[in-house]
Amino acid sequence: MKIPYFPGCSLKTSAKNFEISAISSAKVLGIDFVEIPRWNCCGVVSSLSSDDLMHHLAPVRNFVRVLEMNKTKMVENEKRMLTLCSMCYNTLKRSNQRVKNNPEELESINNFMYREEEYDGSVEVIHYLQLLDEIGFSQMTEKVKNSLENLNVAAYYGCMLIRPKEVGIDDAEEPEIFEKFLSALTAKPVAWNAKKRCCGSYLTVNNKDVVVDLAYGILNDARKNGADLIVTACPLCAFNLDNRQKNVLEKHPDFKTIPVLYFTQLMAIAFGLDEKSFGFELNYIKPNDVLKEKVFK
Amino acid sequence: MPKNKKIVLSSAKVRSNEDLDKLKEISEENIFSCYQCGNCSAGCPAAEFMDEPPHKIIRLLQLGLIKEAMYANSSWICAACIYCTVECPRGVDIAKVMEALRQIALRKGVNHVNIDKLSEKILEKLPQIALISNFRKFTL
Repeated sequence: MKIPYFPGCSLKTSAKNFEISAISSAKVLGIDFVEIPRWNCCGVVSSLSSDDLMHHLAPVRNFVRVLEMNKTKMVENEKRMLTLCSMCYNTLKRSNQRVKNNPEELESINNFMYREEEYDGSVEVIHYLQLLDEIGFSQMTEKVKNSLENLNVAAYYGCMLIRPKEVGIDDAEEPEIFEKFLSALTAKPVAWNAKKRCCGSYLTVNNKDVVVDLAYGILNDARKNGADLIVTACPLCAFNLDNRQKNVLEKHPDFKTIPVLYFTQLMAIAFGLDEKSFGFELNYIKPNDVLKEKVFK
Repeated sequence: MPKNKKIVLSSAKVRSNEDLDKLKEISEENIFSCYQCGNCSAGCPAAEFMDEPPHKIIRLLQLGLIKEAMYANSSWICAACIYCTVECPRGVDIAKVMEALRQIALRKGVNHVNIDKLSEKILEKLPQIALISNFRKFTL
């Protein structure tokens, strides 16, 4: 299956481990990510102001690229745009919904971008977890070579995968898609309280202390409920929950660190892929010890 | 809002208030739908760091006290996680109200984060996903 793939900025830089593990494990399932030519940054966060159309241009420009891919036969009648980063997913999906629901606004944007092909609202933004669910999580189970049955994993939804309700990939209050994914990979999902609690997001730039406190609460809750590691789909959550553990330790010397992985890294491990496709060099808290103890025995 | 500050209530403040009109226009939300149940504040993970929790911000706005709502650090602590919006039984999109408060302040020409003053050390350490999202919310 060939599908237009929107990487976003992080997957080419701070979250290269997300991309490499995703692409290599997708191949095992017969999914071919076709990178969208000339994609541009989505803007990371969705503008919530009614009078601000300008910040929806960047997402729409990417939708035009998907239409072009269909025209040039890079993909066959495939107008779904696949995202991995949950912030990209949210921002693109919200913009898409807004212009689909407001034809006048879409016309303004099309007029502004008159050199581009006209966007007709026909692209659908999806997240990789949704695609895996659609194909059937059981397909993954068949490909598992390294059993994760001894691994207790806390699925961290964060915010952008499930909120607001109109764009969420699952129920905003009781999501379970991530746990289903983990079970299919033979891992043990843990029940915990902080799975949809915000990590502080962009406050990490100018208000680090808030993020450190929030991260401390989230990480401790995972530990308290028996998690060996946490999985996420968001490069900003990953930074706040993984890299910021350095700052958590400075503030709370008794804190016990916990690895934070992208969910696709767990796929690469379970599918028995080469270590290169794990990309652990970009993980701040290394998962090697816990994996050695619980997976690679 | 500073402790012990007197609040003066007046219908005029609610009926004719340029910033409040702007807030309604930017957010497209009806703040008068809120009946102060406090669900938003109960669920807000950042409420403890705010001068005033979300439901109090809405109350101030209902009373026309937008200056007081803007004086609080609350909209600059809000990380737009949308938890409040999902929890509101009255369907008020509180995240949009917080965004409107930020926008009104930013459109007056004062950025909340001064990019020039961020040290190179900080800039080098942070991934661009953090920087871009921060600048999108806290600068114009």
